[in-house]
Amino acid sequence: MADLSCNIAGVTSPNPFWLASAPPTDKQFNVERAFEAGWGGVVWKTLGEEGPPVVNVCSRYGALDYNGQRMIGLNNIELITDRPLDINLREIKAVKKAWPDRAMVVSLMVPCTEEAWKKILHQVEDTGCDGVELNFGCPHGMSERGMGAAVGQVPEYIQEVTEWCKKHSDLPVFVKLTPNISNILYPARAAKNGGADAVSLINTINSIVSIDLDDMAPTPIVGGKGVHGGYCGPAVRPIALSMVSEIARDEEIQGLPISGIGGIGTWRDAAEFIALGCGSVQVCTAAMRFGFKIIDDMVDGLGNWMDDKAYSTIEDFRGKAVPNVTDWQYLDLNYKTIASIDQDACIECGLCHITCEDASHQAVSRTKDENGKRTYTVIDDECVGCNLCYLVCPVPDCITMVEVDTGKPYMNWGDHPNNPMRSG
Amino acid sequence: MSISQDVKAGRLNEQQITENYSDLHPPLTELQAIEESARCLFCFDAPCIEACPTGIDIPGFIRKIATGNVRGSAVTILSENIMGGTCANVCPVEELCEQVCVKNTSEEKPVVIGMLQRYATDHLFEKGIQPFTRAVESGKRVAVVGAGPAGLSCAHRLAMLGHSVSVLDAKPKAGGLNEYGLAAYKMLGDRAAKEVEFILGIGGIKIESGITLGDGHTLDQLRESFDAVFIGLGHNAVNSLGLENETAHGVHNAVDFIEQIRQDDLTTLPVGRHVVVIGGGNTAIDIAVQVKKLGAEYVTMAYRRGEEEMGATDFEQEVAQTNGVLIKTWAQPSRILANGKGITGVEFEYTQNDAEGRLQGTGENFVLPADQMFKAIGQHFVPAPFEGSAAPDMEHGRIQVNEQRRTSLSDVWAGGDCVAGPDLTVVAVQDGKIAAHSIDEALKNG
Repeated sequence: MADLSCNIAGVTSPNPFWLASAPPTDKQFNVERAFEAGWGGVVWKTLGEEGPPVVNVCSRYGALDYNGQRMIGLNNIELITDRPLDINLREIKAVKKAWPDRAMVVSLMVPCTEEAWKKILHQVEDTGCDGVELNFGCPHGMSERGMGAAVGQVPEYIQEVTEWCKKHSDLPVFVKLTPNISNILYPARAAKNGGADAVSLINTINSIVSIDLDDMAPTPIVGGKGVHGGYCGPAVRPIALSMVSEIARDEEIQGLPISGIGGIGTWRDAAEFIALGCGSVQVCTAAMRFGFKIIDDMVDGLGNWMDDKAYSTIEDFRGKAVPNVTDWQYLDLNYKTIASIDQDACIECGLCHITCEDASHQAVSRTKDENGKRTYTVIDDECVGCNLCYLVCPVPDCITMVEVDTGKPYMNWGDHPNNPMRSG
Repeated sequence: MSISQDVKAGRLNEQQITENYSDLHPPLTELQAIEESARCLFCFDAPCIEACPTGIDIPGFIRKIATGNVRGSAVTILSENIMGGTCANVCPVEELCEQVCVKNTSEEKPVVIGMLQRYATDHLFEKGIQPFTRAVESGKRVAVVGAGPAGLSCAHRLAMLGHSVSVLDAKPKAGGLNEYGLAAYKMLGDRAAKEVEFILGIGGIKIESGITLGDGHTLDQLRESFDAVFIGLGHNAVNSLGLENETAHGVHNAVDFIEQIRQDDLTTLPVGRHVVVIGGGNTAIDIAVQVKKLGAEYVTMAYRRGEEEMGATDFEQEVAQTNGVLIKTWAQPSRILANGKGITGVEFEYTQNDAEGRLQGTGENFVLPADQMFKAIGQHFVPAPFEGSAAPDMEHGRIQVNEQRRTSLSDVWAGGDCVAGPDLTVVAVQDGKIAAHSIDEALKNG
């Protein structure tokens, strides 16, 4: 069996699956249950400064369901931990002592002053934790108080706070990035310039998951009103993958460890993030949806897949997809595929035809014989290889995209005759 | 071989009977309906639409369930089939829409279209919504003979198109076979009456019950008094075996007893210990299962050919078998055994097909003890109601109609079981609908 152990920015864990800073990591009770289930590490739910804890509202979550499937996206308006700091610190210490091989990273969010950060770092260091994660991402509530995403949206603040943390602590510093910005590279570069040991992304996305059409208010409704919350779950994974890839490819940032977050619920999701360079992955929604037991398949499935691919360690495939992420301008305009329909597998639903007809290139013809048998056929000359029919076909492998040798060499937009700005 | 006759009511107590006559399938819950509707692929040029005799936009109505537009879903159904509620319960979907569902190919399990149709139509009826309105009054009057599925479907569509309709029916209640002929466990409670009420709710339709065509009222008179006539008489005669003792006590026509099951208190219906049903169609299944549900001890359904040739669908046969009905094939009744008190048994001759596929007896016999026997060997139409009037042309024993369901008499249309085609509720509804549009066309141009 493949070795799943992970080492990111000096923080080690028996597997790369960590629970993200969130409700499942708010207490000793939950975290110990997670470790018993087999999770490799946790990022403890964000601690605030000493004093009266924050107060949370009721209720706190909203979800996006799709076609009877629950929670393809989850939205929350919960704040950081609402338990006293000393209790959290005591529990973190106890858990780390009892589970020394698991990664224990503590998420922090305090006001934007050097004194505040210095103080909390010293308090946290005493727990024996493996690292800290700076929560610059929380998009609701705390941001209105000048913390969370309010810091994460200003690269200069990120750099400054990161510098304070590195100055006042020897702990590895993970900077958690908000996706609620126009270009993820600026905050990521700021983190690196501030001395961050790693970045974690993405935090949740500003969202309203639904409007209750009876109450005419966003959900979750708190006394008749609602606010935007932070969106997570499977629906955000494509956005997270894209942002991770941008950081992994950026020359300025290259080499900065990444802890991947965003809709990860299976070993396959995790493998995709690792292929884009992540050293560990963090999970929240899937655990909130199904409980901690999902770790069993995550570990087992990743190990089996690695065995199948002959990868013996995480490092063997980490970042392997990064060189294949490019910019549109470098794509080969002479590469061509066309759709091919396996008539024996076809169940005659006609979706390939109607979607191509209505929404693409009218490249799937149809005929119906006297017995009502429908036959759908790709018109090779009209097919632009867009994939739409392949994507809508409900039968696996019925439609395949077949590469066609155009006999033409690689040519990108930069060299294309239609490009008025072409080189040469 | 004979037995002591023991035909009596109340073999089971009321609670057992009520349980036995509960829903064949419980309705879908909201969650089940949403999950099932998500299975529909929303096929383009969907085969299910073609397979539906009334051409309901099935993917369309299922999608509306999925989006929570259940009212819209019901209207989509009822716009093509005003008896979509009944059809959801009684259509042989396994031979119509569900048989051609593409999910049969990919998953060997069709979308349960009938159950979804019931979910949508139940919703509308429970809410008491009347979604249809009438066009401006045309001033034209149409007589509809027969308040069954064909007649009511025709009447409703005519009313929608602005015409005034009088529906004449011999029975005290409207609904035809929906009220009197369908199995009770498929048409629970007053479902049929509620549906009639819904159909009449559009207005412009007058039901005149207790009127029999040919009995004081003639087709000629109707043609004189109305602008057009639609005949939806159904079958009006029952086939007979032509055997001695066919009128012995304990020998029934299945359709008569089914009518009693639908109309009477179930605890008062007498059933035997040893029951024999003759026939291989869905009516045979309906009577066999219902008699078993009333407490008959042994129920054997005998059919003179093989399972393949049975009119009853595979699903219906399964219903019979899971209810403890023994299906005996390749056996034709040769003698009804009776004593002074009534039937005691049925003698059968084994049958087989000869080399040309023609049915013949083998000469070997066996006897089934029976204190009750039901004949479910088919019904037919006799043109007696037209006596004394100019009658429409007949063809193969039924009223001849063209594609518009127009008879040889230019102002008379016909549909349902009295014309050619499968004897199904859904087909009758389509006949009525097509005829209504043809009548409308004729009245506008006439």
